Amino acid sequence: MKSHVWRPLYLALGAIALLLVARKLMVPADFGVHGASFTYNFYRLASIDDWKNMPVHYRGKDTCTDCHEDKVKAINASPHAQIQCENCHGPAGDHPDNPELLEIDRSRALCLRCHTGLPYPSSHRADLPGVDPENHNPRTECAECHNPHNPDLEAM
Amino acid sequence: MEPLVVHGLSWTTKELFTYPNEFIYWSIQIVMYPYMTGLVAGAFVLSSLYHVFGQHDLKDMARFALVFSLALLPVAMMPLLFHLQQPLRGVNVMFTPHFTSAIAAFGIVFSTYAIIVLSEIWFVYREYFIEQTVALQGNKSLSATLRRWTYHVLVLGAYDRSPEAMAKDKKAIKLLAAIGIPVACFLHGYAGFIFGSVKANALWMSPLMPVIFIMSAIVSGIALCMLTYIVIMEFKSLSTALAKGRGDESVQVIKGVAMDVISKTSRYLLGFLLAAIILELLDLIFRGYTAMKSWDILRSVMYGKDFVNIFVLQYGLGDLVPLVLLLMPRPTIRRTIITLLLVLFGVFMMRWNVVIGGQAFSLSFAGYMHYNLPIIPHSVETFKEGLLGALTVGSTPFVLFWFINKFVPSLRYR
Amino acid sequence: MSTSRRQFLKSALASAAVTALPLSAFRLLSPAEVRAAIGDARVRWAFLVDTYKCVGCGLCVKACKRENEVPYDVPVSRTWVERYVVLKNGKSYIESPNGGRDGYTSPKIGESNINPDEIVKAFFVPKLCNHCEKPACVQVCPVGATYQTNDGVVLIDRKWCIGCGYCIMACPYGVRFFHPVYKVAEKCTFCYHRISKGLKAACVQACPFGARQIGNLKDPNDPVTKQIMTQRVSVLKEEYGTKPQVFYIGLDANVR
Repeated sequence: MKSHVWRPLYLALGAIALLLVARKLMVPADFGVHGASFTYNFYRLASIDDWKNMPVHYRGKDTCTDCHEDKVKAINASPHAQIQCENCHGPAGDHPDNPELLEIDRSRALCLRCHTGLPYPSSHRADLPGVDPENHNPRTECAECHNPHNPDLEAM
Repeated sequence: MEPLVVHGLSWTTKELFTYPNEFIYWSIQIVMYPYMTGLVAGAFVLSSLYHVFGQHDLKDMARFALVFSLALLPVAMMPLLFHLQQPLRGVNVMFTPHFTSAIAAFGIVFSTYAIIVLSEIWFVYREYFIEQTVALQGNKSLSATLRRWTYHVLVLGAYDRSPEAMAKDKKAIKLLAAIGIPVACFLHGYAGFIFGSVKANALWMSPLMPVIFIMSAIVSGIALCMLTYIVIMEFKSLSTALAKGRGDESVQVIKGVAMDVISKTSRYLLGFLLAAIILELLDLIFRGYTAMKSWDILRSVMYGKDFVNIFVLQYGLGDLVPLVLLLMPRPTIRRTIITLLLVLFGVFMMRWNVVIGGQAFSLSFAGYMHYNLPIIPHSVETFKEGLLGALTVGSTPFVLFWFINKFVPSLRYR
Repeated sequence: MSTSRRQFLKSALASAAVTALPLSAFRLLSPAEVRAAIGDARVRWAFLVDTYKCVGCGLCVKACKRENEVPYDVPVSRTWVERYVVLKNGKSYIESPNGGRDGYTSPKIGESNINPDEIVKAFFVPKLCNHCEKPACVQVCPVGATYQTNDGVVLIDRKWCIGCGYCIMACPYGVRFFHPVYKVAEKCTFCYHRISKGLKAACVQACPFGARQIGNLKDPNDPVTKQIMTQRVSVLKEEYGTKPQVFYIGLDANVR
């Protein structure tokens, strides 16, 4: 084995050793197979916690009830009962601590998402009350006539 | 706050229905990547033909091809680093290779290959290194001292020049060249596998893809070696002619040697070119004949939008014309140069048509995407994945070769 | 039953053999890690989309972008809604401008005026990551930066992803993209930060019509599971063998 022929090999082995040391230092200890298969479950375990710890922005109607019970009650009695408060009022986030953060979307475009009349067979869209946005009081905000929390004109 | 850059948005034009997240994510650098690895693999295979199979007609070419493949080696990695969104994390491929991915093997195959090429060059040039440490002894100038010490390091302490030691070197060279062939083919074949195994892409998914890639790699590698060889030999004969006069005997000797080497190497080029064309046509015919769900959109891309790219530039200019030129009797240097340039262009277009062509249609099969190559960069992204980035990658091997050749001269002619 | 157990053992052995390759596999896990790794094996998240109920309001897309901090005014999105309009003459229109983020507020499709009398069927199809049982995107990740959790959700490790884009190429559904801020691969997580706290995914909560639902396939009493088990559901692009876990009611041959 004293032959000079092996010198490049020693050099290569040295490089590999160096790489393994770097690998030991750089790769997080929780990197490995966490599950049944190397194909689908080879990952850094703490990454799951990274995702679990993402902030929640949309809190849901139940959270709103805590402070705005009257409003929630009103809308729940209307045809808009199924609509989440945050769809128009924006994600609550830490709203209870920073109340001024919420910006209410009163735009016509918001209402038209559902109420542009589209006569689509086999789609629930056709069942919704719809208007032709170009002829139905264009350039007027819907909220000037319709109360979003109780949108029936008859009920107003 | 970093600027919001939607990767691909600035060079993708969409037509009809595409999914919102679809863009040309793999752009010019991913065209360059298989192109450059192909050149590396081809150059190495060419040099091995001499060392392993004793094709003595390739002797002069072999040495040059070997050193040139070393110069190309780092450049095969460059396009990937240009392409990665997180280039600093590229080393993760070596740290946590996920071997079910075709790309995961890259780090390992690539390093193995680098070790083989470097070792082979060491064995080929060890004697020369030793000679140089002696030859430079007398010269006390700074550059000579530096060179001498570089050679001392390069020798790695192996100063044995006995006939037994030299015989061992020869044996090692042969062995390394033999191992190198499958590794070079693997390095490139799996670049084909990277594409061929993507089941989501109707154009890429084909078991023929790795073989097609190997063949065209060897074609392009041989062509580039020949071309560079011609250019350098022409330059040498010109400089000799300037120094000694046009009629000097040595000029004719150089020209003769060059033409001889070239005509012998072209035979190999012709063989591999034919194999590449046959495989590519087989793939095309098979797709048309089986006419799977994706064929409608593939046909509209191949025979419509990309017709010029595929049939005129790739098959016509890049395959057919060189084939005819190679088959013509009495080769001349000028005609060979044209052939080689066309072959290199053809292989580049083949890579382009695979990488960009594979993204020319939407996964929905209901729309198209067009890649507008960024010419004038207006951001880091449009530099890296634009014309300038590609030219940077394309010109680096020549700079590297110039530098490496200063220490391991590969163009001595007798 | 016995064959499936044998298959399981086989695949377990095979994967164990492959796993032996990376050195980190030789490490012993702490009990807490084992628990986390096994996860809650009683949970397999799945999604149900009822295309009859979808009205194309796009509130799901809006909520998703806000909840998951995907920049609002860029064309990429974790979820999107497609509009399909099929005419009597067989011609069909498909579109999803801005991923349907602003809803469908005009009968026009692109620049085309559609005569309502010519429409034979028209509907909306919400799309999102299918969290496949055999995710092609995970298989091709070279560094293990995307993976399947034990409750069946496919996630991306933002700290390890090298941004090669191979997963984007491998997904037959086009759900992946590069995050404009983090510069790594990005896609729907089923709102993992919400479902793991007992909340609904943001898009599910935002949908006023119940067109989008999320549930646990391993719980036979879960209302979503019940629907998937008892109704005629289908999945997108079954032919790729990825086994999607987003189930659809009311798909159509025109749906891409």
